[in-house]
Amino acid sequence: MSNVTLKVNGLAHTVDVDPATPLLYVLRNDLGLQGPRFGCGLGQCGACTVIINGTAVRSCVTPVSTVRSEITTLEGLAQNGTLHPLQQAWIDEQAPQCGFCQNGQIMTAKALLDKNPNPTDAQIRDGMSRTLCRCMTFYRVQAAIKRVVNKGVA
Amino acid sequence: MRPFSTVPAFIEALLDARTEQPSRRHFLKTSGMLVVSAGVASVAGPFASDAAAQAAGPYPDINFRQLDSWIVIHQDNTATFYVGKTDCGQGTGTAFRQMMADELDIAYASTTCIMGNTDITVDQGGSGASDAIQVDAWPMRRVAAEARRVLLEMASTRFGVPTAQLTVANAIVTVTADPTKRVTYGDLIGGRRFNVALTGNNINATTGVAKVKAVQDLKIVGQSPQRYDIPAKVDGTLKWAVDVRLPGMVHARNVKPPVAGAQLVSIDESSVRSLPGFVRVVSKGNYVAVICEREEQAITAARQLKATWRKPATAPFPASEDLFTYMRATTPTSSQDPEVIGDPGTAMAGAAKVVEASYEIPFQGHTAIGPAHALADPSNGQMTIYSNDMKSYGLRDGVAEFLGMPRDKVRVVWMEGPQGYGRTAADDAGFEAAYLARELGRPVRMQWMRSEETAWDSKGPAFTVSMRGGLDAQGNLVALEYDARAADYCHLGYNEAETVLISQLMGTRRNPVAPGSSATPSNMYAIPHTRTSTHVVSLPLVWETPLRTGNLRDPNGPQSTFAAESFIDEMAVAAGADAVQFRLKLLTGTTEDDGGFKRVRSIAAIKAAAATFGWDTRPSPKPLGRGPILTGRGIAYAFRGQTVVAVIAEVEVNRTTGRVWVKRLTCGHDCGLVINPEGLKHTVEGGMQYALSRTLKEEVTFDTEKVTSVDWVTHPTLTHMDAPERIDVVIVNGDPNPNRPDLPHYGAGEASGKPTLAAVANAIFDATGVRLRRVPFRDARVLAALRAAGV
Repeated sequence: MSNVTLKVNGLAHTVDVDPATPLLYVLRNDLGLQGPRFGCGLGQCGACTVIINGTAVRSCVTPVSTVRSEITTLEGLAQNGTLHPLQQAWIDEQAPQCGFCQNGQIMTAKALLDKNPNPTDAQIRDGMSRTLCRCMTFYRVQAAIKRVVNKGVA
Repeated sequence: MRPFSTVPAFIEALLDARTEQPSRRHFLKTSGMLVVSAGVASVAGPFASDAAAQAAGPYPDINFRQLDSWIVIHQDNTATFYVGKTDCGQGTGTAFRQMMADELDIAYASTTCIMGNTDITVDQGGSGASDAIQVDAWPMRRVAAEARRVLLEMASTRFGVPTAQLTVANAIVTVTADPTKRVTYGDLIGGRRFNVALTGNNINATTGVAKVKAVQDLKIVGQSPQRYDIPAKVDGTLKWAVDVRLPGMVHARNVKPPVAGAQLVSIDESSVRSLPGFVRVVSKGNYVAVICEREEQAITAARQLKATWRKPATAPFPASEDLFTYMRATTPTSSQDPEVIGDPGTAMAGAAKVVEASYEIPFQGHTAIGPAHALADPSNGQMTIYSNDMKSYGLRDGVAEFLGMPRDKVRVVWMEGPQGYGRTAADDAGFEAAYLARELGRPVRMQWMRSEETAWDSKGPAFTVSMRGGLDAQGNLVALEYDARAADYCHLGYNEAETVLISQLMGTRRNPVAPGSSATPSNMYAIPHTRTSTHVVSLPLVWETPLRTGNLRDPNGPQSTFAAESFIDEMAVAAGADAVQFRLKLLTGTTEDDGGFKRVRSIAAIKAAAATFGWDTRPSPKPLGRGPILTGRGIAYAFRGQTVVAVIAEVEVNRTTGRVWVKRLTCGHDCGLVINPEGLKHTVEGGMQYALSRTLKEEVTFDTEKVTSVDWVTHPTLTHMDAPERIDVVIVNGDPNPNRPDLPHYGAGEASGKPTLAAVANAIFDATGVRLRRVPFRDARVLAALRAAGV
């Protein structure tokens, strides 16, 4: 165990954990965050996605000691009580079914649009292709992303 | 109003209470804030705030024959509905609110809905069979109508005018002749009990005196309010079952047998005892779990635990590539008496053309996006289980039986979770958490790992189906034979104390073994001579096997309908007929069983789908295209529990890679009265795309010892790359009688997946002239079939 300091959604935290602990468990169990979720522990599904340095990162396979920059989780997307345009689009489009994977869908889409605000349909599919959903909400998730792209508000 | 925020207030209160001292609860109890009385809904509604004190229990069943168990009116003129269902993400909670608000005459926005908590809500069994709207919504409507009646009586007394001279809207009662005389529901009863008894032999028959409204008087039903649960799911504030944390809780991970049927010989606990956070290894029979203080510690310890297992003397099952050969050769464990209509033998012998084909569907799993989990709290000599199990009441009953505890000492707090489409491993995890919590005397969180979930969750049974059809000289389908085998012996029920995995691993063997079942086609075709037979077969290993079968979304429907509706297409091809026209012709006959009603609705759904899609009438296949991408379209239809679904798929088949892309889906959907049209469309979209995954990707693979599909690489699933470019859901009202006074609301959800597999197969045939009779249609299988056919 050793002290690790993390900055998450604008706040600094110090936790005493094994440095090899996957970031996911620190975010969830030590910091009480609920956005990133355990789906596979293998970096295959995306349910645990957080954003670090503008990149969608799979927190289930990221040792906590390797994180050097600020972490943004789903809880950190809304600003001053206003939902991020993607979150609003998710509501407008009624995208989720069960919703368990949607953290990964939204966070992956956020990183995608931050890098490329005007993706083509093919680029959206490709950019989202490794973020899985077992209720198969892909059609609506893509529609929600296109809503934001078309409004140019990402 | 009371917003439905992150989690129902009573759950927050419950969790808060867990951190308090007993003296605090004692104070609440003795200060009169806690209302406990046996046989009534002691904690429902305004008393739910006292759930903070409820840790004391016990938890008697909520009396469904009391209006107070279902509806509470608050002083601020809002209402909370308490229903015994769970919402797996299809928006049923929103639909319940619409229906009950409509009957109660209160604005939708002034209502909330609490679902599926065994000590708070009446037992409607949780979810299953896509019948929430079709079956369970009726008592909800009736009790809401009864509450309205009672409130009107109260207003009548207050104003001294008959109820017929009162008007009610938005939870405000006014004297019709003098609108200055008005009173809100909240003023009439807010925060107090109705104390009105209901009747009914069972919960589905629950009723008061009032009648439900006629369809034409419903105002909120038929609108599309957004699902109330979605905002908290996209902003991260929803507290899911995976998010519950309790003081003193520990983390458990299972150690599964390395091969199916292995016997535990010994455990070397010293292999993990010195690991940080180690708490205990718990083992009984072949069940093994490791418990640590922290989650990552439990994962590490479960991986490092050294255990010695003895392999079974004989192979537990054939390898998956030999499965269908095995299934056809083995003697069935049971065979149903064939259903025979007419004289299929003679008709087949006299047919101008006879076609035969057989179809194969492998084991397919739930493989939830979030592996099974539960948190069990043994405080106060009771057991509280926080779970997403869609049948929370069954979990309570099963755990009580398994642990030998009185039912009223066990409760299940239902919270949201990953998809619960049938008998999932959430059942198993709930039992495991409860068992371990009792062993340790501490709250235990059980979490399955990905490989466990994908390998060991319950499976939809593999099927082989042989079909034979006879056409007369005019191309009419005169005889049809359907013969199915399902590898479904020892089928799991829900939350059975004798068959959950931990119980099996501890050595329990239920006797008699559940016989399992196969399935017959579900359509309304009028075929004069048919023979329908079904069989169940068993794999060699029956117990403690990862190939254990249980209900998987529309149990057995996708399998049987894949065969049946692919074969109807084959018969249409043999007849040189268009696939839509061939089906419509089969639906124009009359028989005495349905008075034509079901066929008329079937025809309407098929025609609506064809019209929306822009179906071009012609036989399949179309002339083979020249480029690398071959396109085609196919239709399939099903009739499920009064719901009619016609699905048309348009596909692109890449002849150089074998990749199939379902570019477009169109669904004609008739489920009677629609409560929330947008919600229904989304549910149907999800159901069809889920079926696409079973069509194109999913298969449980295994060698002769173990399941080898254990993660998202070895067990592919549909991805964003596969999403259709366009989906149309056409809501159909195929009722031939426009003057019906009331339309029933039927079910949705599972129905739309049923015909989708065959629609895709039929579209691939249309595009390529190659008939695929074995799902899933992964690239390599498709490419091999195309190459074999010279396409």
